[in-house]
Amino acid sequence: MCDVLDIKLNTIPDWNCCAASIGYAEGGELPRLALSARNMALSEQASPGQDIVATCAACWLATRETKERLNADEELMKETNEALAAGGLSVKADQNVRHMAEVLIEDFGFDELGKHVKKPLDGIKIAGYVGCQTNRPFGIDGESFENPKYLDKLVETMGAEPIENYDKKVSCCGGALAFSEPEKSQALIKDIIEAAYDGGADMIVTPCPVCQLNVEAYQNDINAKYKTKFNMPVVYYSTLMSVAYGKDRKQSGLDGQIITPKQLEEIAK
Amino acid sequence: MATDAINYYRNNFLKEVEANVEEGHWVKMCMQCGVCAGSCPLGNAWEHTPQKIFMMIRAGKRDEVLASDAMWMCTSCYNCIARCPRELPITHIMHGLANYAHRLGLAPKNQPTRKFAILFWNNLTKKGRVNELKLGIALYFMNGLVNGIKVAIKAMPLGMSMMKTKRLSPMEILGGHGIKDTSGFHAILKKAREIEDAKMTKFD
Repeated sequence: MCDVLDIKLNTIPDWNCCAASIGYAEGGELPRLALSARNMALSEQASPGQDIVATCAACWLATRETKERLNADEELMKETNEALAAGGLSVKADQNVRHMAEVLIEDFGFDELGKHVKKPLDGIKIAGYVGCQTNRPFGIDGESFENPKYLDKLVETMGAEPIENYDKKVSCCGGALAFSEPEKSQALIKDIIEAAYDGGADMIVTPCPVCQLNVEAYQNDINAKYKTKFNMPVVYYSTLMSVAYGKDRKQSGLDGQIITPKQLEEIAK
Repeated sequence: MATDAINYYRNNFLKEVEANVEEGHWVKMCMQCGVCAGSCPLGNAWEHTPQKIFMMIRAGKRDEVLASDAMWMCTSCYNCIARCPRELPITHIMHGLANYAHRLGLAPKNQPTRKFAILFWNNLTKKGRVNELKLGIALYFMNGLVNGIKVAIKAMPLGMSMMKTKRLSPMEILGGHGIKDTSGFHAILKKAREIEDAKMTKFD
């Protein structure tokens, strides 16, 4: 997808994990924020003035939260820099921290994204599952928390048909609690998939990697527990775009799907 | 008698939360509307919903709040933050309370999300990046060996499909990926922890 749009991503040298939203329990406040601050410090050194772009909802949230809190609180900025100095680093937190979806929508726009479509995804009905952390608390500028439209527009731009009134569009899949509270999370995931079937969807598309995994991977467990027959493909938005942009199966990441989206496989052949 | 009455009304716990819990100074702003409870995906699983927790803090129910299972049910969906009419950062307060209870050794010992969070943090801070395979194995065995074998067998088909689709590498068992500057990374986290610990106010 980035190849077609001529987006060049520079990896932050020696980046570390941000601890997502499960880092709080053992990490507390400052050590947790220091994780993202270290990434920002390394990025400021290697790519000064460039935007930081995250393709993961949780990475984006943790990094942007850290940036905003450091900018709003002088004492926190001082303490964070004191911690970073122990590792020979310092942070200004002056780069924009953006989600890839923001880059696509704001820097390119739907018209431009549509120009690169070589194989329109005709006749495929898609439930646009935005999920939580791409949508809250920051979200995409100009979109509502309760019913954001950008994912449906993106689906439409790729030639597919977004299902209407997908009522689990911004519901939670359980996030990290899919690991620690599997039964409670799978009950949430069941509703997300069921609502997609109710709307006549052939597949679900999402901008969040955790949603992608949770909603795709546990369908066997859910079927066993609830006597359902779910077999709903769940693809990441870049997979969908890559197929529409004429990329092959492997380039589009279709080889990473546990549940095969047959219609996309056909097009990507 | 007079001292007893004063002690009764002097709520140290709210002050303690304000001083020591992340975003704790917001707790007094809650107006008890309950939108957070109604917006929570696991609202039905909470022993005490966020607005109850806030009222319990203000009522000085220290033991009940810190030993509660409730904060550990937060999935970090941020629905409560998006909808709170008073704009309380509820998600962060729940995380802060959970961390504070855990720090004091008062959090429920067998709370699964607490256990998983500790595994996750220890896994990631070792080398700077999460080793998914080792984390998965540790997760299966977090409730003991016998239970772990049962859970692992049940999860085997998923593990196999994750490996088949190259989303999980079996090679991670041999050490796995990490950052280069682990000593700098560890020094940063150690210092951050020291600064945070030094700021804690003692309450008896």
